[in-house]
Amino acid sequence: MTKNIIEVRDLVRHYPIQQGILYKRTIGQIKAVDGVSLDLVEGETLGVVGESGCGKSTLARVLMNLEKPTSGTVLYKGQDIFKLSKGDMRRLRRNIQLVMQDPYTSLNPRMTVGDIIGEPFEIHKEVAPKGSRRRKVEELLETVGLSPEHINRYPHQFSGGQRQRIGIARALALQPEVIICDEPVSALDVSIQAQVMNLLERLQDEFGLSYLFIAHDLSVVRHLADRVAVMYLGRIAEIGTEDEIYERPTHPYTQALLSAVPVPDPESRNTKAIIRLEGDVPSPANPPSGCRFRTRCWKAQEICAAKEPELVRREDSDHPSACHFAETRTVVVSHEA
Amino acid sequence: MSDPVLATADAAAESPSLVTGGAPPTGVPTGEKPRGLWGDAWRDLRRRPLFWISLSLIGIIVVVAAVPQLFTSINPTIAGSADLSKSLDPPSADAWFGYDVQGNDVYARTIYGARASVLVGFLSVTFAALIGGLIGILAGFYGGWIDGLLSRIGDVFLGLPFVLGAIVILSSFAGAQSDASATLIITLVISTIVVLSWPLYARIMRSSVVSGKQADYVQAARALGAGPGRIIFRHLLPNCLAPIVVIATLNVGAYIAAEAALSFLGIGLRSPVVSWGVMISDARNALRSAPHVMLFPSAFLTLTVLSFVMLGDAVREALDPKLR
Amino acid sequence: MTDVITSNTPAPEAAVPPSTRLLEVDKLHVEFRTRDGVAKVINGVSYHVDAGETLAVLGESGSGKSVTAQAIMGIIDSPPGFVTGGEIRFHGRNMLKLAEEERRKIRGSGIAMVFQDALSSLNPVFTVGFQIGEVFRKRLGMSRKESYKKAGDLLDLVKIPNARQRVKAYPHEFSGGMRQRVMIAMSLALDPEVLIADEPTTALDVTVQAQIMDLLAELRRERNMGLILITHDLGVVADVADRIAVMYAGRIVEESDVFELYRKPCHPYTLGLLESIPRLDLKGQELNTIKGLPPNLMRIPSGCAFNPRCPMAQEICRTDIPPLLPINGGTRASACHFAEELASRD
Repeated sequence: MTKNIIEVRDLVRHYPIQQGILYKRTIGQIKAVDGVSLDLVEGETLGVVGESGCGKSTLARVLMNLEKPTSGTVLYKGQDIFKLSKGDMRRLRRNIQLVMQDPYTSLNPRMTVGDIIGEPFEIHKEVAPKGSRRRKVEELLETVGLSPEHINRYPHQFSGGQRQRIGIARALALQPEVIICDEPVSALDVSIQAQVMNLLERLQDEFGLSYLFIAHDLSVVRHLADRVAVMYLGRIAEIGTEDEIYERPTHPYTQALLSAVPVPDPESRNTKAIIRLEGDVPSPANPPSGCRFRTRCWKAQEICAAKEPELVRREDSDHPSACHFAETRTVVVSHEA
Repeated sequence: MSDPVLATADAAAESPSLVTGGAPPTGVPTGEKPRGLWGDAWRDLRRRPLFWISLSLIGIIVVVAAVPQLFTSINPTIAGSADLSKSLDPPSADAWFGYDVQGNDVYARTIYGARASVLVGFLSVTFAALIGGLIGILAGFYGGWIDGLLSRIGDVFLGLPFVLGAIVILSSFAGAQSDASATLIITLVISTIVVLSWPLYARIMRSSVVSGKQADYVQAARALGAGPGRIIFRHLLPNCLAPIVVIATLNVGAYIAAEAALSFLGIGLRSPVVSWGVMISDARNALRSAPHVMLFPSAFLTLTVLSFVMLGDAVREALDPKLR
Repeated sequence: MTDVITSNTPAPEAAVPPSTRLLEVDKLHVEFRTRDGVAKVINGVSYHVDAGETLAVLGESGSGKSVTAQAIMGIIDSPPGFVTGGEIRFHGRNMLKLAEEERRKIRGSGIAMVFQDALSSLNPVFTVGFQIGEVFRKRLGMSRKESYKKAGDLLDLVKIPNARQRVKAYPHEFSGGMRQRVMIAMSLALDPEVLIADEPTTALDVTVQAQIMDLLAELRRERNMGLILITHDLGVVADVADRIAVMYAGRIVEESDVFELYRKPCHPYTLGLLESIPRLDLKGQELNTIKGLPPNLMRIPSGCAFNPRCPMAQEICRTDIPPLLPINGGTRASACHFAEELASRD
């Protein structure tokens, strides 16, 4: 029986825009995350894709309780994580961990690798008794494919891909159940991305991890994710399994996104649908009324400005989509590898 | 750019499954010591001649301050060392720097004067940096009303002109003890300097902390469940220390000069304390007729301040690229 | 250790004699001399581009692809960078032997460049129209009013909405994609014959990237320019390129037309790259990785620079640098001792 390990309901995170020196007036809100609901099933990888301004990074921070939401709930195994006591929250952190995007800034440059990976044990002393810490750190280094002899080196002595591995080792230290990966391979060279992606996959199999995988690169997400949620301007536009999203997308934004992703196959110039959006993403401080995507959507009608479409299953489609005119369209011709 | 030897070692470590052709796995490189960022800065510093020159000068001055007996047999602080008959005598073989208006050996006084000046310089900087730094950390880390309050207080002190503030503070305490001990006088001067200059360090530390708070690795530490103490002392402080170190080093010289200025005005150090500022003040009236009385303490003062400025410069350059 | 370099003939192209090529880089060598050592960034690179075609220079960080472009434009910081060998010929003339005055004339009107990060390439305190117009005022002596008008024309050309009004806007008032269009507009001001685009879309969202790439392709067609596209993205290359030069450690390891390269790569590095990128249109792929790390340019491995990471490496790969040679006498070329084997597999 598949269990939801994380349930997000109507999560909202607004940042007030303030003006004034002595008395700060709030003149607007940046609606970074504006009503997101999703579930993370135990053992799966849920991909969250979107372009800049869609709110995916804010979503990650709120899920990690690095920021408090403006409203909404996040349940971890039934517990509301924002209502926990300090002690309980600290214990919760052992179960949900974070891998960050930039390997060059996510490690404290003045700490050795051993200290960085060992820090979780110092914060949560009950997890590892003092004598065993060094050994655990060495094991973690091996698990992520680094040499344990490098335990006393500093981050700047490693390459980007290796630093990312260190970050992953740090996230694994407390044996979490969920890891939120915030664009973990975006900053890496192409030939290194594959190494880290394979590592993440292997770790998931070995330790039974659940991933919330945030990325802007749809190709990367397809490779790793079981289900995918497409975000646009703070809300989810479409959510479904890998097949459903990549082969039978129904939301115009998803279709445009898929069309825009370049495929490393010159022959696809003939087979891929070409959908080009006009203009740029509107500002999250001022999202369009009704459906946020309507300003760039070729299907927009009056109803789109008047009524915000809900994320529900639409006619003859097998997965939820937030569009009044959702219609399946094959954008990318998929083959078996 | 990764260490090249590391690269080959890791090439083998990263893919243990690959066994064909390829480069034979190399062992872990020997003789490679881990180089932290402070270590890198030190290696850079070592290479700079300016660093060694200034360090030597400062070293000499510190030795002079600590053990003045090594440099002169005359102790000008004890009564009876003055010989009025030699008042304002120019430099000669017995007295290399000549005599001042009261008949004191200028050379001996200059040597003994080093202690007070250096003490004031070092201690003022230390306490100002400690107090200011602490306040800056609190203001930067907690933000909100704490930051508002501390910053406004600091602004008030920053707004006070140094000399004016010093005059006000020192003259209100000066009346209380005309026969105060040397320790008390020095403490008073140090305190005055500290009180008037801590906001500088607070500001620097605060802005370092405010931007340091946003760093990814700090977020990562929070995500691990680190509390404020750990974040401040383990993550923020080591990375925010560099600007303070630079400014502090540069300011040692500035505070020594400040003390001289205060003493010159008559509100800083005074008898029985001997300092270069005191000497310069005493030599005011004799400047035209006996320039040697002011010349030597001034030269020492200038040289000392210059050494600290050079040291501060060298330290700043060594630390700078690492700050990025 | 002596490296044996056998003859280094570049791949012969079809009947075009070398002197009439639009832009040609010939056996270029560039090094960077730093306090820690000398980094050999470019080690004998030759490629060319003609009018109306798109050459993609593909490589990862450290491959030298950007430095080659900078060498063509003559904008390498020197010190620490030095061109130590080779020629760069524009219409047959070796630019490296020209005086700075002459090179400056070619910049912009002969060869222009678009960079990756438009935000740092544009001066934030001047309006966009002023900056674009600067080219017209300085090089063609136009008046301010005229130059503004021309700037507006260019913004229109790159499809910025309300171009006439936007001429008076500042760079920060544009979004990322719009700024990149402004950069492209600036580069086209003097009607260059060759446009070099150095990772023009890497910092942009994918939907915007698609717009910009479309724009570049269209402009190239309309103006019959030669386009050199420098990138690491195998997907972008597949969409727009005619020919591809793959670079690794400062050398070209494979050169081919785009269809052939993807259908059958003839160099282990290219093969490794293609096998390691996740693809939008494949389900259930295994990603084969290239083991190891890109080389340190101060200590490039002897022989073939790729040999420590190559699954096919043999003894000869460690001693002899493989020259870039045509495969089976055709138009493709590969710098691998086993290129022919790779070419003949199914």
